[in-house]
Amino acid sequence: MKTVYDRPETLTSSKTHYCPGCTHGIIHRLVAEVIDELGVREETIGVSPVGCSVLAYNYFNVDMQQAAHGRAPAVATGIKRVHPQKIVFTYQGDGDLAAIGTAEIVHVAARGEKITTIFVNNTIYGMTGGQMAPTTLLNQVSMTSPEGRTAIPQGYPIRVSEMLATLDGAAYIARVSVHNPQEVSKAKQAIKKAFELQMAGIGFTFVEILSTCPTNWGYTPKESLKWLVDNMIPVYPLGVKKMPEER
Amino acid sequence: MLQEIILAGFGGQGVMSMGQLLAYAGLEEEKHVSWIPSYGPEMRGGTANCSVTISDEEVSSPIITEPDTLIVLNRPSLEKFEQDVKPGGRLLINSSMIDIPSQRQDLKVLKIPAAELAQEKLGNTRVSNMIILGAFIELTQAVTLESVIGALKKVLPEYRHNLIPLNRQALEIGVMLAKESI
Amino acid sequence: MAKVLMKGNEALGEAAIRAGCRYFFGYPITPQNEIPQYLAKHLPEVGGVFVQAESEIAAINMVYGAAGAGARVMTSSSGPGISLKQEGISYIAAAELPCVIVNMQRGGPGLGGIQPAQSDYFQAVKGGGHGDYKLLVLAPASVQEMADLMEKAFDLADEYRNPVMILGDGILGQMMEAVEFKEEKKTSQMEKPWATTGAKGRKPNLINSLFLDPLELEKHNLHLQQKYDRMAKEVLWENYKTDDAELVLVGYGSSARIAKAVVDQARVQGIKAGLFRPISLFPFPKNALQEACKCAHNVLTVEMSLGQLVEDVRYNLEFKVPVHLYGRVGGMVPTTRAVLEEVKRLVNGDQGVETHENCL
Repeated sequence: MKTVYDRPETLTSSKTHYCPGCTHGIIHRLVAEVIDELGVREETIGVSPVGCSVLAYNYFNVDMQQAAHGRAPAVATGIKRVHPQKIVFTYQGDGDLAAIGTAEIVHVAARGEKITTIFVNNTIYGMTGGQMAPTTLLNQVSMTSPEGRTAIPQGYPIRVSEMLATLDGAAYIARVSVHNPQEVSKAKQAIKKAFELQMAGIGFTFVEILSTCPTNWGYTPKESLKWLVDNMIPVYPLGVKKMPEER
Repeated sequence: MLQEIILAGFGGQGVMSMGQLLAYAGLEEEKHVSWIPSYGPEMRGGTANCSVTISDEEVSSPIITEPDTLIVLNRPSLEKFEQDVKPGGRLLINSSMIDIPSQRQDLKVLKIPAAELAQEKLGNTRVSNMIILGAFIELTQAVTLESVIGALKKVLPEYRHNLIPLNRQALEIGVMLAKESI
Repeated sequence: MAKVLMKGNEALGEAAIRAGCRYFFGYPITPQNEIPQYLAKHLPEVGGVFVQAESEIAAINMVYGAAGAGARVMTSSSGPGISLKQEGISYIAAAELPCVIVNMQRGGPGLGGIQPAQSDYFQAVKGGGHGDYKLLVLAPASVQEMADLMEKAFDLADEYRNPVMILGDGILGQMMEAVEFKEEKKTSQMEKPWATTGAKGRKPNLINSLFLDPLELEKHNLHLQQKYDRMAKEVLWENYKTDDAELVLVGYGSSARIAKAVVDQARVQGIKAGLFRPISLFPFPKNALQEACKCAHNVLTVEMSLGQLVEDVRYNLEFKVPVHLYGRVGGMVPTTRAVLEEVKRLVNGDQGVETHENCL
């Protein structure tokens, strides 16, 4: 009998703590599959953030460092400078990366650090219970924007991929989604591209992945996927935002 | 021998490098030395000063509050530091830049028109401070002239070593001036 | 190697390279800039890495990453920058990573000033960030001692898997003195099997400070405390004329230099004064302090703060001897004359407390 589907070696056998319908699990698997396919599990060092994916170190079967809130890109810089031949990635959510860690992500890109950042954008602070995030959409209700987010004075959502794509040090920037099998497949391709470019020493690579949070959004998993398509993609258009020039 | 010196002037007049030269010269003679600069925004165009200690024994406190000798290259420095000098201490005044007398009656004062001397005798005012340094070493015997020259060789990059003869001349002018003053 | 004249900051940089440090992450702040400047120039010459980070916060987290990855790594800063680093320092202590952190203290609080101070003492010796943790804290008092303590700092950091702080001040950083570097010894650094180097042929390593189970976190804290207790044997200090001293001055760093001059001047005037200089501030040399003060009727701390070291001195003398404070702050440095006046005042007011039995 032939095995057609199994747990990637890069994932541990730990059960995840993620809520039903949350797409973190899918994204973990995609990253793990890519690391498996590239054959670099023993060469990879990951950095987990603060937020829902804080326990990512329990799930990725690679050397991991857990970072303070927002600081994963700085931690990854320290690791990569010590081990320039290893593959280093950070896995961060939108509160971590786009609010408290804005400076770190901007400057890791500006320096062109040869690391890969997986940025999971679900427009909300999940772990702390559904507070407004820098990526929360206008009019979106959260625990700290109970009447819906207003542009003034609460601020506009930040399009991180577009912002980082303006930086010369960024080599590859893409935004993908995991709301259906076709998009999951494209997301995996983007993650793979990001890791490959890192391994080729091209520069900083970044994949933003639109994700759902049924628990804090207050929708069923299925409704959440539809909400993502109807509301998030118009604000956060999918696609490659920056690609290194062919050489 | 313990010699505590404060050197002060405008930034750019060379007080920092004068102090460093003294410290290096002391080190050449295997004495114990320390050099503490003033630092921060006052360095940028304001007044600068440094404290130099040269001692036969280990320097206990490198922080000088009552110098044996005060060397001032501009008027604000004279006004700021002259009351701190040890009773009966020494004061070297750059009279090219300072046209007021010292308020202290107990000090051994030497006024040196450094810029005029440098211009007149060497045609180069940039070594004015070395004339004052020459006078200082003659008066105090804190270090020898040869040690200062030795220090210059260490402090100046190789390609500036052509300036050493000029510096020596300036130092010697200061030495002569001090001798005549005694 | 012959003696050379160097600024304290530069000597620290050179000593770090000689101690095998190859990674520096920092951010500019006065009065420690000569450390990053020296390392920016000289680390690449030995295949090392210098990164000027976007902030103090980023810099200390780069240190966390590099230390976790197994490297000898350091950062340096001053007051306000050290405050920013506290988050990362707490994580580094919790994750038990070795590194060296230099604080060239300046006047505070707030933006304060840039002139020398010693008002970060509590922050350095009591932990500094959130949680129960300690740094090993070393306080050099000369440029030579800065050089000597640097290698020790890295060795201690590795041995205890703990951050070590070199606590200096603006004077020590800016001052030039003669320094002699020991002949380069082949530093055999400790193996770090716990480091993140890629899980080749072994189970993955994890650098972490998160323990969601309270019982686990308590166990971790107890483990850390046991480690801090073990550090007690690392105490370092200097005694100066304390054998018969009826008045013992206590100070560290630049203040100790001033106090030493005061001791000499007081002795000339017939006052039996001495100096006790703690070199390790954590662990604090308690027994040595008690020994140094065995004849003391009075103890006077000299510090550039309005009373931080004095609290530890009182505590470590178990309140058996009156401990007084002479402090200047804000960048003002105590003068030998003023400290000597305070010494005379204390001696004159000395009611000749009962003679200590064990006194000479």
